[in-house]
Amino acid sequence: MHIPDGYLGPITYGSLWAAIAPIWFYASKKIKETMKASQVPFLALGAAFSFVIMMFNVPIPGGATGHATGATLIAIFIGPWAAIMAVSIALIIQALIFGDGGITAIGANCFNIGFAGVLVGYRIYRLIAGKSDVTSRKRVIGAGIGAYIGINLAAFLTAFELGIQTVLHVGADGRPLYSPFPLSITIPAIMLEHIFLFGIVEALVTVLVLLYIQKSHPELIRG
Amino acid sequence: MKSSKLKVKTLWFKKLWIGIGILVLLSPLGLIIPDLLKAGGAWGEWGTNEIEKVAGYVPHGLKKLSELWSALIPDYAFSGWDRGIKSYIAYIISGLIGVAIIVGVTYLFAKILKRGERGMN
Repeated sequence: MHIPDGYLGPITYGSLWAAIAPIWFYASKKIKETMKASQVPFLALGAAFSFVIMMFNVPIPGGATGHATGATLIAIFIGPWAAIMAVSIALIIQALIFGDGGITAIGANCFNIGFAGVLVGYRIYRLIAGKSDVTSRKRVIGAGIGAYIGINLAAFLTAFELGIQTVLHVGADGRPLYSPFPLSITIPAIMLEHIFLFGIVEALVTVLVLLYIQKSHPELIRG
Repeated sequence: MKSSKLKVKTLWFKKLWIGIGILVLLSPLGLIIPDLLKAGGAWGEWGTNEIEKVAGYVPHGLKKLSELWSALIPDYAFSGWDRGIKSYIAYIISGLIGVAIIVGVTYLFAKILKRGERGMN
């Protein structure tokens, strides 16, 4: 799901930089207003967790690999706006230092995984969890479903952005200038693997960590 | 009472960081298991060599943009250390470097945000 440099043309990566900039600005404002100095280590922990969990490539036998992102899980502990920044920081370092995701595509990857994945995953979690106790089963179910839908939304946005390149940018020779696969290929290729495997991995990671924290440190979960 | 509470707090907080450390040490599983199951990279994250194999050619714009940035540690690997045990060690070291940079950047980000406020030294 980390779009590399060259797969998106300037219209798409430019638009997504333009979209993520005000989101980062708003998230920073939210963090400044609501986060106490003592909570900063949690922001760092969330960013580090997102980075590390993305190193665990999960294989489809004989096929591609993918990974969890921890997006919804992190939001459950530090709130959605802090989580958007935490995941964004992880994605930016991945791109700059490790070439995992492109520089031009930082806006796109942060929008897909960091913003859409986090916010929608978290909202679904809240919707299902309601005002239930932090140790309740409802929280776990909400977290699992939120995480599953969140990562699938991020995957869908990725597939959509890749797939529209053949329409947006065609060279003089009639061949695509950037990602050469149409939506009819990108959507099934990326969605099937996320619906049937990586989404389930994301939900499992989220549920297992939440169950552990519910037992050991329930005070960490936001009410 | 308050100080003992704080101690407990730092203790479990350490535990969470130890958890991150354990994950970094286990991270080579993210290379080993895909290798065992003969899985390739992520869909749509191919380099130009691979995309030529998949699509039959390398789109012009893609080629140009893909040369834009040279990462310090591409693919969490060191050159010449891209196979077997050495690649696992490189993966772990990359994980440690990544976590260290991320923690540093996050603190810097928070410090800039909270600049001028009390209790944020």
